[in-house]
Amino acid sequence: MADLLEFKNVTKVYSRGVLSKTSTTALNNVSLQLDESEPTILTVAGESGSGKTTLAMLLLGFISPTSGQILYKGQDISRLKGNDRMTFRREVQAVFQDPFSVFNPFYTVDHLLSVPIERFKLAKSKSEARDRMAEALTAVGLRPDEILGRFPHQLSGGQRQRINVARALVLRPKLLVADEPVSMVDASLRANILETLRTLQKNYGVSIIYITHDLTTAYHIAKSIIVLYRGEVMEAGDVDMVIKQPQHPYTRLLVDSIPWPDLSRRWGETEIKAKESELSDQSTGCKFMARCPFAMDKCQTPPPLFQLNGHQAASCYLYEQNPQIAREHLSELLPA
Amino acid sequence: MNPVLQVTDLQVSYYTDAGRATALDRVNLTLKEGEKLGLVGESGSGKSTMALAMMRMIKPPGRIEGGKVVVGDTDITALSEEEMLKARLSKIAYIPQGAMNSLNPVMRIGAQMIDAIKAHDPKADKSDMDERAIEALESVELKPNVFKMYAHELSGGMKQRVCIAIGILLKPQVIIADEPTSALDVVTQRQVMETIDRVQDKIGAAVILIGHDMGLMAQFVDKVAVMYAGRLMELSSVREMFSDPKHPYAKALIRSLPSLENKGVFQGIPGLAPSLLQLPGGCAFHPRCPHVMEVCRTVRPSLDTLPGGRKVECHLYSGGVASFAESVQDSDQRL
Amino acid sequence: MTTIAIPQTQQIKQPSRLTLVLRYLRRNPSLAIGLLIVVLLIAFTVIGLLTINPKNAYPLAVRSKQPPSPQYPLGTDFFGRDMLAAMVVGMWQTALIGLLAGGVGTLIGVVLGFTSAYFGGPIDSLIKGVCQILTPIPVLLIQVVIASSLDKRSVTIYTMALIVVLLAWMGPTLVIRSQVLTMKERQFVSVAKLSGMGNMGIIFGEILPNLLPFIVSAFVVQVFAAVSASFYIAVLGLGPLREPLLGNIIWAAQGQGAFFNGWWWWPVWPALALALILGALALIIMGLDEFANPRVRRSE
Repeated sequence: MADLLEFKNVTKVYSRGVLSKTSTTALNNVSLQLDESEPTILTVAGESGSGKTTLAMLLLGFISPTSGQILYKGQDISRLKGNDRMTFRREVQAVFQDPFSVFNPFYTVDHLLSVPIERFKLAKSKSEARDRMAEALTAVGLRPDEILGRFPHQLSGGQRQRINVARALVLRPKLLVADEPVSMVDASLRANILETLRTLQKNYGVSIIYITHDLTTAYHIAKSIIVLYRGEVMEAGDVDMVIKQPQHPYTRLLVDSIPWPDLSRRWGETEIKAKESELSDQSTGCKFMARCPFAMDKCQTPPPLFQLNGHQAASCYLYEQNPQIAREHLSELLPA
Repeated sequence: MNPVLQVTDLQVSYYTDAGRATALDRVNLTLKEGEKLGLVGESGSGKSTMALAMMRMIKPPGRIEGGKVVVGDTDITALSEEEMLKARLSKIAYIPQGAMNSLNPVMRIGAQMIDAIKAHDPKADKSDMDERAIEALESVELKPNVFKMYAHELSGGMKQRVCIAIGILLKPQVIIADEPTSALDVVTQRQVMETIDRVQDKIGAAVILIGHDMGLMAQFVDKVAVMYAGRLMELSSVREMFSDPKHPYAKALIRSLPSLENKGVFQGIPGLAPSLLQLPGGCAFHPRCPHVMEVCRTVRPSLDTLPGGRKVECHLYSGGVASFAESVQDSDQRL
Repeated sequence: MTTIAIPQTQQIKQPSRLTLVLRYLRRNPSLAIGLLIVVLLIAFTVIGLLTINPKNAYPLAVRSKQPPSPQYPLGTDFFGRDMLAAMVVGMWQTALIGLLAGGVGTLIGVVLGFTSAYFGGPIDSLIKGVCQILTPIPVLLIQVVIASSLDKRSVTIYTMALIVVLLAWMGPTLVIRSQVLTMKERQFVSVAKLSGMGNMGIIFGEILPNLLPFIVSAFVVQVFAAVSASFYIAVLGLGPLREPLLGNIIWAAQGQGAFFNGWWWWPVWPALALALILGALALIIMGLDEFANPRVRRSE
């Protein structure tokens, strides 16, 4: 079993200033594997400050980890050179949150699609390049003649976001990082984009890391989920289990706060127990301790991951009677 | 009960280089005391314009071109600029999108609140104003010491609460909140929405919640108004809207929502929202409507009241084609 | 669900480019007026250069001290220069110094600003540091010191331009640097990286085009600074004395007590021309500011 992507105990610390001692751990000791043979959709969920965007930036090679290693097809991505580096660039792609700012306002939308074709020499002629662009746009459900030659502000948010997916698709990636791809798109258009992403995974064999704060869409699109809070993995496992029977107090809080568009599932039925997040919180133990209604003394030391069942694990002492599982083996619980 | 808010034939246009854009096209709306109304629609559907128009805050090149907005027994549209300044906050309050980022960074929260009171009641007594401000802070579940703090000392949720507290300072009859939680985390979002709920109960104001998150609407409001291309398409109770939407656009909107039960089912609405510069003739939704009829292309339907009090702007439900509406009902159930 | 045909291509008639430009200028009167004055000044200079005899702009060419008359519409000065010819040549030389110094200063600014902001690190610290040290030094003082230490006979309008440029590149460097810094964080730069673009591609293909309004604006600011610097250096008598530079004419008029002797027409024309040039440039700068900075830009 070859790994497409492997995070080996990755930690990212941001330190402010040269002399100042204040530093923020954006991501702490995260390990993760994605199998190359079975494309899957993995959700990384968390609120702002959870480290989910740091994880995306690390994965794309935009920043490098403070400690630990990120391997792509067995090679450390920070040491890739020449052809390998170009291959990595082409095969690991991203769709970002803001469907407007990814477009350079100076150019028509064609620019977004023609640049990768030209840079990676994916077409031999102008007309072939145009065919490629049209093909990719059609694959994401757009009509090329309505899109090509337009400026980004002439298109709707949903169309723009699909062009972004098309850009990634042109490159035939193996791994796609989707960082909140629908959070700035109108609710009625979200379904189309999520559907497009899933088609990519099914028909084009692309593995997708879906980064979001929105558990509703995560539930609908993903197979497995990792819930982050302040850089730490709180709970992980099969998405159905984690969302239908959340175990970690933090995950329970998140799931209880989802505004389901469903009158039989109104907020009033479960009371929120946790405290509101404070601005500064420097706990050395469990990161959620300050807000947790079940906080105990032993939460002062960071809890390990406990395996709850075949496809779910939580980092919380409430489950200490369960067997521990090393962070490096977490991925084995995640269904492909 | 008398309506606290009555909007009649409100019409707003923007004059751009490319021509006149009709942002609101003869919208009608009534709201009773203590009611919570959700105003939903895609971006560009006119929901924020609606809020600005009710506050008389439309800026050029936009213009209110017709209609009336009556709050309580005051016709807002007939007030002078000066009277309108007084009416804002005391009769009708508006919490704009991203309000929490527009708190003054160099002024204490309390001072900003007192400024708001002073603008309406210049002779108010200092200790009385302090008391009113602290009372407002407490009603949004903030500690009184927030009065002496600066915006940067507060978390996002707390800042949003401060904005709500400013909104209710003068006990308005109508509060309009435009996506009040769009920048907040889900947990904070729930807490803030629950606070708005309690405050509203306490002062008895009517609330208009603007947003595109149908989930939030299901959790919070009593009535939902669906807007499309500057027109009000359907106004129903939240229960009717979620269980049995009438307007084809509302149906599509409800069907596109994700829920726990239908995992992995994605149903978007085909087609694009029309440009406000060039609205299709007749019903604005007709190019995307699966039940489009000949009459829809030429005649704009009127906003009809159905039995039970809900309102729909669609030819399917206007008298003459009622039998057709039933057949649509059947075919929808089969879907 | 039934699939339905959607009339997709919504053609919204866009007015022609020219009408859009004209409409924009109507909303931005300072830019419009500034451009109008510049066009008139250019017309004056170009038509003048084609019709007058440039020799008349130099001493002993015509009868001296003549008030304005049909033969000499702007009069002649103490040294026997035709003021009309002197003004035409003076305007041309002022424009030359302004464009040369402004252009070179802006070019240096763009190169340094981009290098500094895009690559960061020690290069950035060095460039930023030098700019910050040099900026508060009174430019006028340095320019006067340099100009006065040169041999008067070897001073030409090109040396003038050089003196002006020496301390004129920090402004544009800092402006461009800060713009690149914000632009660099925009997501289209990340996307360009993902699309396989290299550093040079991103700088020239993605960032530079978006900075054109800022670069044009920095250039006009530089031209403004260069024209006024060339002017005051010349007024102090430190310019190329033989040339009919606008500042030189005023310096000469001052020296001969023009007003005291009733030769009012001598200093008035260069003063008026200078007021028009600087006024027009200032209006354009204000107008461009509104154009380049969306926060200042009035809602359309």
